[in-house]
Amino acid sequence: MENKIIEKQNMAPFVDNLINAEAEVIGPKRKDGKYAFDKLIETGELCLDYDTTLLPPKMYLFPPKETLIKFELGKEPKVELVAEAKPLILFGVHPYDIKAIELLDVVFSTTNPDINYLSKREKAVIIGVDCLNPNPNAFCPSLGTATAETGFDLMLTDIGDSYVVAIGSSKGKQLLTKYAETREASQAELAQRNSERQKALARYKVTLSISPEELPQLLDKSWDSPWWKEKSEKCLSCGSCIVVCPTCFCFDVQDDVTLNLKEGERYRQWDGCMLADFAAVAGGGNFRKDRESRFRHRIYRKGKYIWERYGKLGCVGCGRCASACLAEIASPAETFNRLKEESK
Amino acid sequence: MISQAVPQASIYLPHLAELIRVEPIAEREKVFEFRLKDGKELGHKPGQFVELSIFGIGEAPISISSSPTKKGSFELAVRNVGNVTNALHNLDIGATVGIRGPFGNGFPVDNLKGKDIVIVAGGIGLFPLRSLINYILDKRSEFGRLIILSGSRTPQERMFVNELEKWHKREDVELLETVDEGDEEWTGHVGVVTTLSSEVHIDPEKIFAVVVGPPVMYKFVVAECQKKGIPDERIAMSLERRMKCGIGKCGHCQINGVYVCQEGPVFTYAEVKKLREAI
Repeated sequence: MENKIIEKQNMAPFVDNLINAEAEVIGPKRKDGKYAFDKLIETGELCLDYDTTLLPPKMYLFPPKETLIKFELGKEPKVELVAEAKPLILFGVHPYDIKAIELLDVVFSTTNPDINYLSKREKAVIIGVDCLNPNPNAFCPSLGTATAETGFDLMLTDIGDSYVVAIGSSKGKQLLTKYAETREASQAELAQRNSERQKALARYKVTLSISPEELPQLLDKSWDSPWWKEKSEKCLSCGSCIVVCPTCFCFDVQDDVTLNLKEGERYRQWDGCMLADFAAVAGGGNFRKDRESRFRHRIYRKGKYIWERYGKLGCVGCGRCASACLAEIASPAETFNRLKEESK
Repeated sequence: MISQAVPQASIYLPHLAELIRVEPIAEREKVFEFRLKDGKELGHKPGQFVELSIFGIGEAPISISSSPTKKGSFELAVRNVGNVTNALHNLDIGATVGIRGPFGNGFPVDNLKGKDIVIVAGGIGLFPLRSLINYILDKRSEFGRLIILSGSRTPQERMFVNELEKWHKREDVELLETVDEGDEEWTGHVGVVTTLSSEVHIDPEKIFAVVVGPPVMYKFVVAECQKKGIPDERIAMSLERRMKCGIGKCGHCQINGVYVCQEGPVFTYAEVKKLREAI
């Protein structure tokens, strides 16, 4: 992979050039003592040394609420497809979020390709940045998601006075050539990047006691563990864990009509298996009506079901769910480690 | 990056269909006949379902009740239990609805060919099974015996009564009916559907059972099938879930790692018994 150097004083002009170019630039900004992805108006808003964001950048490819079709009501209804997409630069995406987007790419492009996701994805450029200040709940190194070798157009690493830029695609290279002042990276600077990545690994506070490949097998024998009931008794069924998750992709579909009752739209919005009526059917039945079964289903998706279906793990270890959960039960790492302990 | 070209048509865009006939079946159930406005056939298999749209109200998964051998239109039999089904029940002839699908795998028709078939219907489980029954009757020589066990809660809740009467009269159909609770006029069998079992004599080597009914029914019917020596691989059942997308994305129909809208809704008991939370 080709690598370049951008001096830190040249980073602001690069970002400014991107903002002034045709595409919208989305990056991590400070928000109430935390960080959130948002549209960048000026370079100064961009925080590249953030720990993690409240919501994952997935929200720009698979929005919380998204129109699927529009229709005119009446005797002869007219229906039209909606798949909105505009050029987008996602700037400062951490490796674990890049891995999550790689999973979504597979989910939305296999079997029944989803035009709403894919049209957005095709117009998105991903400029990653290595995560050197991890969130205290994150456990990316245990899942191999602390760094990414694929899934980005450009990848930045802060090495002090400059950024090393790994070029992941021709699209990324074009942007760099057109908008940034760069120079060749020296061997010393590439070594420095490795050293920064190594140092970052030591800053993670949570570790899995099991390798990700063993998770499906561990879960196979953990269905009847007392842990599910014990832990889920505190669950508020609020859905915070699934809302902040970069790999959750379940949704609900609803219709809305305008006040004049002449037209309307069908939209999808984020939904998830931790919400009480997620598996409800007409007539009052609910196939996961207790918190225990919902709690277990989510963890099985993260460690087994998604892996078996798509060949990628359904958790990237970002720690957002653990940070968001008021009942302090959502961390997959805690559950995986506990089940590993039980299985001994 | 993804290399695949963006698909041209959306999987979420429904086809338009016209409601051409409505007939009441029971107190809360009606059968609705539709014709696709583009003149095409729905092209379904018995046991598949569609996503039915009433624009402005929403979409709901509904099993197809007519046989694919019936050309030019298709039928959905529907109990009004929710927003979409209530709105459907209030539609007039000539109304336009949206249809996506057909979705799902359908009953294993190819595996049923040449076999004796016992169909066990509980309540509105008869709706998807009617598609299979009429398919078999239209291709009668390709199948062995056709035994139908149909259970309703009460005589008033018997579905498709005219067709039941027709099947009763046919010599190549063995139809046994029961109701959970009889009334003064009911002279037939009383008891849950499994109580018909003793009246049925089958050759377990040649039989394939197809079961559709409320979730509570499955365990008892399966146990009865096993008692008669029917192997789990030859007991098929259709599972109900609230599919929101029909295409294996939205997650609502998931049982363990399985998406019912993709791998199902029809499973053999050999498959179902490996799933937790299935029935």
